Amino acid sequence: MSEKIATRAAYGKALAELADQYPELVVLDADLSGSTQSQYFAKAHPDRFYNMGIAEANMTVVAAGLATCGKKPFTNTFAMFAAGRAYEQVRNSVAYPRLNVKIVGSHGGLSVGEDGATHQCIEDYALMRAIPNMMVVSPCDGPEMRLAVKALLDYDGPAYLRLGRLAVESVTDETPGYSFQLGKGALLRDGTDVTVIATGMMVQMACEAAKILAEEGISVRVIDMHTIKPLDGEMVLKAALETRCIVTSEEHTVLGGLGSAVAEFVAEHCPVPVVRHGVNDVFGRSGEAKAVLEAYGLTSAGIVERVRQALKLKK
Amino acid sequence: MEQSKVHALAVMAARARLLALDMVYGAASGHIGGSLSSMDIVTTLYGHVMRVDPAQPRDPDRDRFVLSKGHCTPALYPNLALKGYFPVEELKLFRSIKGEMSGHAEMRHVKGVDMSTGSLGQGISAAVGMALAGKADNKDYRVYTLLGDGEIEEGQVWEAAMSAAKFHLDNLCAIVDVNGLQIDGPTAQVMPSEPLDKKFEAFNWNVIHVDGHDFNALGEAFEAAAACKGKSTVLLAKTVKGKGVSFMEGDYGWHGKAPNAEQYEKAHAELAATLAELEGK
Repeated sequence: MSEKIATRAAYGKALAELADQYPELVVLDADLSGSTQSQYFAKAHPDRFYNMGIAEANMTVVAAGLATCGKKPFTNTFAMFAAGRAYEQVRNSVAYPRLNVKIVGSHGGLSVGEDGATHQCIEDYALMRAIPNMMVVSPCDGPEMRLAVKALLDYDGPAYLRLGRLAVESVTDETPGYSFQLGKGALLRDGTDVTVIATGMMVQMACEAAKILAEEGISVRVIDMHTIKPLDGEMVLKAALETRCIVTSEEHTVLGGLGSAVAEFVAEHCPVPVVRHGVNDVFGRSGEAKAVLEAYGLTSAGIVERVRQALKLKK
Repeated sequence: MEQSKVHALAVMAARARLLALDMVYGAASGHIGGSLSSMDIVTTLYGHVMRVDPAQPRDPDRDRFVLSKGHCTPALYPNLALKGYFPVEELKLFRSIKGEMSGHAEMRHVKGVDMSTGSLGQGISAAVGMALAGKADNKDYRVYTLLGDGEIEEGQVWEAAMSAAKFHLDNLCAIVDVNGLQIDGPTAQVMPSEPLDKKFEAFNWNVIHVDGHDFNALGEAFEAAAACKGKSTVLLAKTVKGKGVSFMEGDYGWHGKAPNAEQYEKAHAELAATLAELEGK
């Protein structure tokens, strides 16, 4: 197992490293560059870094203006403010005119921990997914994040990218045949009894859950759905047809995010049980990150429980 | 400004006012009051100030205009048509499902529009972004953005103003269409925003007061803005809402209302008479 790294750290380093290759790349931050990790880019390329102060609405639309002039702006702040506070700016000034702005939301989900509910954004996938033209991406580990940043630089259009706060193990770099493509899920582990479709940090927990269940003779397929929109319908359909039940897992409310996207697709194309694992329509609370995740059942044990539920529903 | 230029602008603005009236009447909706108040400003920009070529609407070196008060498309679209970006006939599809002339400014389908706007307070931020890009690329284009005096109640306007000052965007010029009225009534009552000059000065902007219906004064103000180094400039343009149509002038009821047939005839007759007089007919 490789060294643990937070996806935000991998993101920050990738931005700085890719700067020379992409001269149009410019980075904006709302006074959180130490947390969002845009600091590496800021240090290496101060002439292409704009600290916009604590003013996310303005930052988002300034980025839109930069994009009309051929720049490739990445805006940085916490997910709460990127997708929440500046929602309407993203919708009307970025997505509607289809401008090439990447909205980067760091510290997504409950794992902000101690800061508590006001900073624990559990609605960002839902908010961003509901906007036409938007792509929604949530990589699970450092190597995948690096590939995602590069792919997003090559993608000409609006996108939301979620970064995680906690250091996580890499699961993609040791997966044979792994490759990254926006809009295509990655099969991390094959299985025949049930499929767990996870995103972000829940992918690692899905892999752990699969190992636990394997000991009981339950064969779990694990899909890393780094792109929540557009959803890889082909991969979901195949899972529905072959394993006949699905569990989704995300560090996000069960309303409107990955679970909803998968359930909507499955209901229309191949109805089989879909059990959603995530935050159950409640706000988070303060606590050490791991303790908060445990309090809300966002653990491999939580996934195991959902898998048992799905298997019971399976016909 | 030469007298012939002033006259040419007056004629262009008079034509644009007639087109704006036709657009709003034809669509049976739209924002005529603020479009008529800001018409002379937009005409001065497209008819005299801005370095633009309708044959190359995406020229990277062109001057930019962002209609931050994005509902005033009846001021922008006619000027774009008269400038030659698209045929005047296309204005007939304003707000119609049959065309792409959307109610608020839209950059993907309407040639010459530099930024999609409509949600108030956002256009000025986009203009800041364009000005930043100009500085980063060492380009000499200028960026203009038109705001309403009601619009500046949006907090984002002041976030944008702060950032323009931070980056010393002297290639950015904002114009506030100070007609003193917003949808619900006089701005002084709905949300008092005066003193505007002191507010912008406190945000470290260069402030110029100007009569928003005086082409000569507008021309000079834009020249002074271009000459000001190290700071963004704001023109506080005193205007009359509904300018040019006697019964619309100074009446906030005409903010977003279309005239009926009788009102249209009366307004048309007044605007046509103004144009005829200018053309010496």
